[in-house]
Amino acid sequence: MLIEEMKMPQLGESVTEGTISKWLVSIGDKVNKYDPIAEVMTDKVNAEVPSSYTGVIKELLAEEGDTLQVGEVICRIEVEAVAVEQEKNIQPKDSLYANDHQPAEKEETEKKTMKNRYSPAVLRLAQEHDIDLEKVNGTGAFGRITRKDVLKLIEAGNIPKKGSLIQETKSYKSPKTAGDTEIPVSGVRKAIAQNMARSKTEIPHAWMMIEVDVTGLVELRNSIKEEFKAKEGFPLTFFPFFVKSVAEALKEYPQMNSTWAGDKIIQKKDINISIAVATDDALYVPVIKHADEKSIKGIAREINELALKVRTGTIEAKEMEGGTFTVNNTGSFGSIQSMGIINYPQAALLQVETIVKRLVVMKNGMIAVRDMVNLCLSLDHRVLDGVVCGRFLQRVKQILEGISKETTSVY
Amino acid sequence: MPIMSYIEAVTAALREEMERDEKVFLLGEDVGKKGGVFKATQGLYEQFGEERVIDAPLAESAIAGVGIGAAMYGMRPVCEIQFADFIMPAVNQIISEAAKIRYRSNNDWNCPITIRAPFGGGVHGALYHSQSVEAVFANQPGLKIVIPSTPYDVKGLLKAAIRDDDPVLFFEHKRAYRLIKGEVPADDYVLPIGKADVKLEGDDITVITYGLCVHFALQAAERLEKDGISVHLLDLRTVYPLDQEAIIEAASKTGKVLLVTEDNKEGSVMSEVSAIIAEHCLFDLDAPIKRLAGPDVPAMPFAPTMEKFFMMNAEKIEKAMRELAEF
Repeated sequence: MLIEEMKMPQLGESVTEGTISKWLVSIGDKVNKYDPIAEVMTDKVNAEVPSSYTGVIKELLAEEGDTLQVGEVICRIEVEAVAVEQEKNIQPKDSLYANDHQPAEKEETEKKTMKNRYSPAVLRLAQEHDIDLEKVNGTGAFGRITRKDVLKLIEAGNIPKKGSLIQETKSYKSPKTAGDTEIPVSGVRKAIAQNMARSKTEIPHAWMMIEVDVTGLVELRNSIKEEFKAKEGFPLTFFPFFVKSVAEALKEYPQMNSTWAGDKIIQKKDINISIAVATDDALYVPVIKHADEKSIKGIAREINELALKVRTGTIEAKEMEGGTFTVNNTGSFGSIQSMGIINYPQAALLQVETIVKRLVVMKNGMIAVRDMVNLCLSLDHRVLDGVVCGRFLQRVKQILEGISKETTSVY
Repeated sequence: MPIMSYIEAVTAALREEMERDEKVFLLGEDVGKKGGVFKATQGLYEQFGEERVIDAPLAESAIAGVGIGAAMYGMRPVCEIQFADFIMPAVNQIISEAAKIRYRSNNDWNCPITIRAPFGGGVHGALYHSQSVEAVFANQPGLKIVIPSTPYDVKGLLKAAIRDDDPVLFFEHKRAYRLIKGEVPADDYVLPIGKADVKLEGDDITVITYGLCVHFALQAAERLEKDGISVHLLDLRTVYPLDQEAIIEAASKTGKVLLVTEDNKEGSVMSEVSAIIAEHCLFDLDAPIKRLAGPDVPAMPFAPTMEKFFMMNAEKIEKAMRELAEF
């Protein structure tokens, strides 16, 4: 805050003094510039004295009826510092400079972003020639990429192509209201997001589902689960049975155990089953290597160990590499049907849903209560077609329905 | 090839056309004995006599009206309006009659009149002797407006205007009269009305203009060339109807377009050129279409400093060109 002084103005050529005939403001009044603050009487004229400032009247230095010399202070006005600065800028000498330069500087800072401002011509050329403009240096004002810059690149044949479809994760602007929480994206989350987006955008997904009668499997597992836990020290769940059955079926249908490689399809020799293990805020897919060579118990042990490692945060990167097919235990959280996103770059993924007791019409026409489960397959339609997937699922179904106390050993 | 000034080319075209076709006659204030205030018709009164070079009273509506009537009866009048600024009393005749008679009479009548008028500023002419009036007429189908920039174009286009079967307004920049000189063939030739002319081939920026500004733009382009900036320069020559094809081609060539006119900016011929480019060239544009024009004030001021502020010159064009090249 600054205090400015208002002086008795010269109200005529030969006038040397003036009499305050009436104050038009009181102490504490807010006045705008040019507002009349007092009536002044001279021997020539009666006039209103306009305020030279915008501010608040602090002090009146003369009584009504007092006569003051021209130039004597009549009152003090408190003004805001900024206002005074502006006043000074309007001084004639500075005015050109101030007016010309201040907006220009502002404009300059706005133009600093011209690198990413593309003209219609530049955008069109970039699209026609598949040019990644992020990789082009602009010679225009403030780094703008000009049409000529792009034409030169095209002429030279030196075109920076767009990389993979997956762009750097951009920050999206979305409205945020009071009370919303912003959660920074962790490295793991970012990786999940990128893999999912890549898989879903790059792979043409198709889906298929069958239902399987696993009454025998359930009987077997329930009959030995106490004993197993006591003997082995870890629980026997349903999941290893499914992993084992899938691994066996994959041996017979190697097409399912493959990957899309653009100009070819690569069929994998090894059968390495990725299993999805979730924590509260992330999803990991550790791998059971050579699952086809392992017993149900061996698979169960490995699932148990890998899950523990994920939950304690001790899982290593190499334990999540090399998967050729994914089995996902969606049933563990009660799902009965789902459409999974394929674990890139694999060709298919199987979701094992919840086992539920249902009334089923048996082959002989009898109605029975059976343990039923849905298996949902997501497939890369570039690699696989319905026929092979159908056969594969039938085979998995057959293996699972063949499991019983009488015929199957978990060891 | 003889070198002629801009105004000598006007005189030559008039003389040759009057010699070629006895239906051609001149009508205007002081065009006879005095030979015109700018001497555009010098010697023609002596050569062709008072019946073909007629001194008219100071009544522009009468000059246009008489001309229109004579034209409709098969004559080929060339009317001179002493200054384009004075054309306003004749606007009703030109727009309501000359421009529309062919349409109104379903081709029974036509009006092969040419109306010449010196226009433009930079000669300390102030309000009544400096205006650019082309935009007033540039939305009147039925009219053609020719504004040549060189003596060569003057002769070829004025002859074309006189031979045209419909009304042509032929505006001559008065500052160009004695300032601009160039080679003009002695033989009889006509240039097509409605065709623009590429003055310079270049690939950095496109400049489109007409009249005296073409010469300012040429000077500016010469200076830019020293800094490696190449300018594509298009001279419209006919400002109504516009040569759309040439405009689109020139604008698309570089994608950076500067439009220059001495006229007031808003509503000038260049506004229409800008619209054509915007309609047709979006995906070739590399910068906003830029117009450089006179300020939107009522008239060219008299004070030399103010006239300089209003008037187009090579420096202003050069500055705008550089800004566009750097964009």
